[in-house]
Amino acid sequence: MALDLVKEKWSNAVAVVTIGALKDEGGTRSSVVRCGGEEGLPFLFAEGKTPHRPVIAMEVLDVEPDDWPQSLTSAIGPAIKNPVEWAVKCEKDYKADLICLRLAGAHPDAQNRPAEQLTKVVKDILQATTIPLILIGCGEDKRDNEILPLCSQAAKGERLLIGETVQANYKTLTASALADGHSIIAQSPIDINIAKQLNILISDMSMSIERIVINPTVGALGYGLEYAYSIMERARLAALSGDKMLGMPFICFVGYEAWRAKEAKASETEFPTWGKQLERGIAWEALTATTFLQAGADILVMRHPKAVELVRKHIDELMKE
Amino acid sequence: MALSGLDIYKLLPKTNCRQCGFPTCLAFALSLAKKAVVLAKCPFVSEQAKAALEAQSQPPIKLITLGDDANKVEVGNETVLFRHEEKFHHPCAIGFIIEDSLSNQEITQRLEKIKQFHFERVGQLIKTDLIAIKQTQTGERFIEVLKLVLGINQPLALISNDKTALGDALKILAGKKPLIYAADSENLNAFSILAKEYGASLAVKADSIDSLSELAAKVKESGLQDILIAVNTNNKPSRTLGELTQIRRQALKKNNRNLGYPVIAVIEKLDSYQELIKAGDYLAKYAGIILLNTLEEWAVLSLLTLRQNIYTDPQKPLQIEPKLYPIGNTTENSPVLVTTNFSLSYYTVLGEVEASKVPTNILSVDTEGMSVLTAWAAEKFTPDKISDSLKKSGIEEKLKHRNLIIPGYVAVMSGELEEKSGWKIVVGPKEAAGIPSFLKNLT
Ligand code: SF4
Repeated sequence: MALDLVKEKWSNAVAVVTIGALKDEGGTRSSVVRCGGEEGLPFLFAEGKTPHRPVIAMEVLDVEPDDWPQSLTSAIGPAIKNPVEWAVKCEKDYKADLICLRLAGAHPDAQNRPAEQLTKVVKDILQATTIPLILIGCGEDKRDNEILPLCSQAAKGERLLIGETVQANYKTLTASALADGHSIIAQSPIDINIAKQLNILISDMSMSIERIVINPTVGALGYGLEYAYSIMERARLAALSGDKMLGMPFICFVGYEAWRAKEAKASETEFPTWGKQLERGIAWEALTATTFLQAGADILVMRHPKAVELVRKHIDELMKE
Repeated sequence: MALSGLDIYKLLPKTNCRQCGFPTCLAFALSLAKKAVVLAKCPFVSEQAKAALEAQSQPPIKLITLGDDANKVEVGNETVLFRHEEKFHHPCAIGFIIEDSLSNQEITQRLEKIKQFHFERVGQLIKTDLIAIKQTQTGERFIEVLKLVLGINQPLALISNDKTALGDALKILAGKKPLIYAADSENLNAFSILAKEYGASLAVKADSIDSLSELAAKVKESGLQDILIAVNTNNKPSRTLGELTQIRRQALKKNNRNLGYPVIAVIEKLDSYQELIKAGDYLAKYAGIILLNTLEEWAVLSLLTLRQNIYTDPQKPLQIEPKLYPIGNTTENSPVLVTTNFSLSYYTVLGEVEASKVPTNILSVDTEGMSVLTAWAAEKFTPDKISDSLKKSGIEEKLKHRNLIIPGYVAVMSGELEEKSGWKIVVGPKEAAGIPSFLKNLT
């Protein structure tokens, strides 16, 4: 006798966010990325469609990173000194779906780079690449409020994904993104209520939910991964059950977190029982990423080319029905 | 699906004789429903009522023990689909496959490596749990390899289709409760008899979830209780994940006793990264036992760390005792850092303090296991609380100075804390990674 299968019926789907604009849409990209749209839990295709596969954005910094471990910098090579070459490499060699440019050099404690230089990097990368762009500020609210609107304007019509807005600072960036036709990242500190609240605040500024992506603030494997994992599961369950204000795609800054972990960086001499350093770092990033896929991640922002390759292949496999 | 108090009442004698210590049968029933009392307290329940109640009181997913008392691992007894609902109870057992086609020397080397697989993370020991011996050669060879593996003191799984070889192996393993992998529709009877005779547990494998359910039912009919369900890991991942999810849902939502057993996922030999990633998916989605081939330390460390994360109780974050921890040879001039009693915060700070080689006092404040920012937002990491801990810790008698280093994220509390504690507040780095250079620059 055939089993009576337990199938979940959901009433809502995750919103579809489009990143990048083609030439006839007012941008210059040769392809766009659509993410979200899930009608069910991750990879349970019998219960709802997953119209768009999870995508991988590769992180590029506007200045040469000074705190990246060598296993990461040497994998990218000399291009790491030049954000434009680096971005091109991510597109051509590493087959990234998107570039994620982080304007680390804008930070007042770092190089505090002038706005003209920053907007130029944005424009140059857009010129040299054909895939869509995610743009992240330096994380210092005041400075970001100054520079991100300028960058937003410089890329008007390209339909970037720009971040990040937080509960205490979302108006300036949301207004810019609205004016210039971009989408935005809403960051909440591993807190489902704040995530929802911020989405409401942003929507109230008449930003449509098809232009918001949730950053639930993930932790790396071994460093609080389980908190964001469960917040994402809860938010996604709520979204599928009808809560539109939690029904946006998730972006997870996996590379940023994973490569801060001691296990990703420490040498084999320091910890002989932990195994090879290079493979350990790659595994740390890849496993952090694939675990978040199981919680519903839509955009994974990653760093190491080998980890990117592993995760992309795994997504290929996961998407087979 | 638990029975309600009223359901239970209907099954009781309804004589209100009070022998159970309750004034009425109904009161007893209500207490039973809350699991506050055991059925045996009523001497008059009928056999029929007993059977019905016992079936109901069993966990929806059976707890299975492998190994003997000295070396055992328990899996199953899970109650939820999502860890935020409660928690995942019995950490997925992780083991390695040893094929009998390897040379004795290779096998010994592997076993030596496996013995090293224990790591300390956030104050917990994490380690692998079992070894599986896979038969590809003669029965004699299988037994030879079994004898090599015996010395390692871990529960065992026997992967074989050869009932004679299995019988011999089980004789040697008497009392050690190994796992037999796996019975299919062909050998089900023979394997069930073997498992029963030698007190082993038995995994069943089949192509579909329907057949799995049928096979498990047949094994149970034969009188064997300790069953595991094997999922097909060579399918497309979405199919395997669908199967894993459906088995868990059948047990929890349908109370389907035929699928109310832990699941075992055996990963075929692949590149180490791929094995790790596959294992990670199964770990997140409900596997009770995972067997893999790779012995790369980095892969094992990653997988065990993921298990520690996923199986942490979300209602009860890992905590340490809130107190003063002097690290290194501290003196009356050593600096003092304050953090929370959330294990991850403390151990991250500890790691960096150790790396700095600067003898330092770490004061861990009782924040009920919340991290710095969460605790600050929830008012568990306040100037009052920190001042209190400073006093109680007895540190004031040990030090000549009164400088307290606080996490950069809570710099805003400096003024108030200075007032409340009478200490001078120094704002430290936001991230623990900044601690070594910060401490070195203090002097
Ligand atoms: S002992 Fe049994 S029959 Fe007597 S009151 Fe209690 S439940 Fe009822």
